[in-house]
Amino acid sequence: MSLIELTNLHKRFGKLVVLNDLNLTIEEGKCIVIIGASGSGKSVMLKHIVGLLQPDKGEVWYDGRRIDTMKVRPLMEVRRDFGFLFQMGALFDSLTVGQNIAFPVIEHTHKPSNEIASIVTEKLRLVGLPGIENKMPGELSGGQKKRVALARAIALDPKVILYDEPTTGLDPIRSDVINELIINLQRELKVTSIVVTHDMNSAFKVGDRIVMLYEGKMIFDGTPEEVQTSEDPLVKRFVAGEATPQELGLVAAGLPVMTV
Amino acid sequence: MPTRMLANVGFQTQTLLGNFGDFSTFVGQVFSWMFGGGLRLKNLRNLPDLIYEVGVRSVPVISVTGAFIGMVMAIETYTQLKSLGQEERMGSLIGLSVVKQIGPVLAAVMLAGRIGGALTAELGTMNVTEQLDALRVMGAEPIRYLVVPRFLTCLFLLPILTIYSDVLGVIGGWVVSVHGLGIPNDSYWRFSAIGIETWQVMEGIIKSFFFGGAIGLISCYKGFRCGSGASGVGRACTESFVLSFLAIIILNFFFAKILRDLYYGLYPVRGLFG
Repeated sequence: MSLIELTNLHKRFGKLVVLNDLNLTIEEGKCIVIIGASGSGKSVMLKHIVGLLQPDKGEVWYDGRRIDTMKVRPLMEVRRDFGFLFQMGALFDSLTVGQNIAFPVIEHTHKPSNEIASIVTEKLRLVGLPGIENKMPGELSGGQKKRVALARAIALDPKVILYDEPTTGLDPIRSDVINELIINLQRELKVTSIVVTHDMNSAFKVGDRIVMLYEGKMIFDGTPEEVQTSEDPLVKRFVAGEATPQELGLVAAGLPVMTV
Repeated sequence: MPTRMLANVGFQTQTLLGNFGDFSTFVGQVFSWMFGGGLRLKNLRNLPDLIYEVGVRSVPVISVTGAFIGMVMAIETYTQLKSLGQEERMGSLIGLSVVKQIGPVLAAVMLAGRIGGALTAELGTMNVTEQLDALRVMGAEPIRYLVVPRFLTCLFLLPILTIYSDVLGVIGGWVVSVHGLGIPNDSYWRFSAIGIETWQVMEGIIKSFFFGGAIGLISCYKGFRCGSGASGVGRACTESFVLSFLAIIILNFFFAKILRDLYYGLYPVRGLFG
């Protein structure tokens, strides 16, 4: 059953067309991975799903409700169903780790402080960082920040978790820890996951389904096995991480590299 | 050439009006969120920290500015009044200038410089690091959670800082007049009491509410609309101070006119204001 539906989505910033007639359906309980070159519209698409951006044309539906035309107050209620892991974590610098994780719980519920403290402890245990409630975000490494941000994203036991480039900037071992976390959360919390990435190892490991965007359009939709055997030249080159001779020629000539 | 100039003027006007419209919408949203849950205790949990930052930590700079302005006023007015044989009236002149104009305007300018830039930088950094989006996703509307408490803090603390600046300005003037220039102590205070009416003190305080509100709104607006990267935040801070400063000066002009008309309009009941 489809939980999220994007229909004929168009979005442009000035003259730059970012989403161009994008259609996508996301099923409940699955992990879908969105791949594509930088600037292909992956993060912009993710922000449309939670109503952080409104499309110029098209519709965004979640669980039978239309998101893109929803007023701010009802939208705030809908967002309770979502957890969002931002690319750089977006932890609040002025709050401790514990306060960061407690934040959505305080905003959305009237739970007593001891109950909130136990939620914080449990979520930190889930991401493998117990006992760091009193640390400030500035004291954490890049990988730890992402895990704390993930703990905050799951604080309200969301139905959908959106990951915006969860492994970017991390070494391969830390990336693997994040991948394992995504798989574990998927299994334990029975959530729907949408992972935006250009890390193919991550995509193959966590995805039930892989979608590739190119210039704001979907050009591939299939299983991890299908993406590896795809004959589409754009998909093949992206998966293999190969630039075209033309792009390499531009670099050699000292000109800026064009994206895939 | 003239066509291009005309097109440029048109474009600039359009941008200016567009920005003003955007700012007006932002102000509307602030008031909408303020009365739509922003005044709940849960949403004002950052208020004590903000009061400390905006109020308590501004006291040293406001003290020095207020006291020294009073002292400079004493030095500058002494020669003029002495040539007229009216030097005993210095208390009246210093007090009136300080409570009506210099105290409120300088306290507001100091607040715009010290706090306005800091608020813009804080919110601007939160904007470029996606922390504002994170708030939205977590169901905490940033205007309600961040802007409303900052606006209220500036709105209510600037009048208090202005009173503090006024008092120190009058005392600074007294120190130089009485202990430096030999004006009799009782003359200074007697003429201060005669020259300054309660209404004039109130004029300064009423203005400072609007100055404080303008500083809070402009600083937060610039933080919310800042461009990407460190340069975007830096530019927003500069624009925030310049716009706050202009708003203070322009509002001061209109208040001088409006409050003067009100003063004469209320002539029959003026006694009520002291």
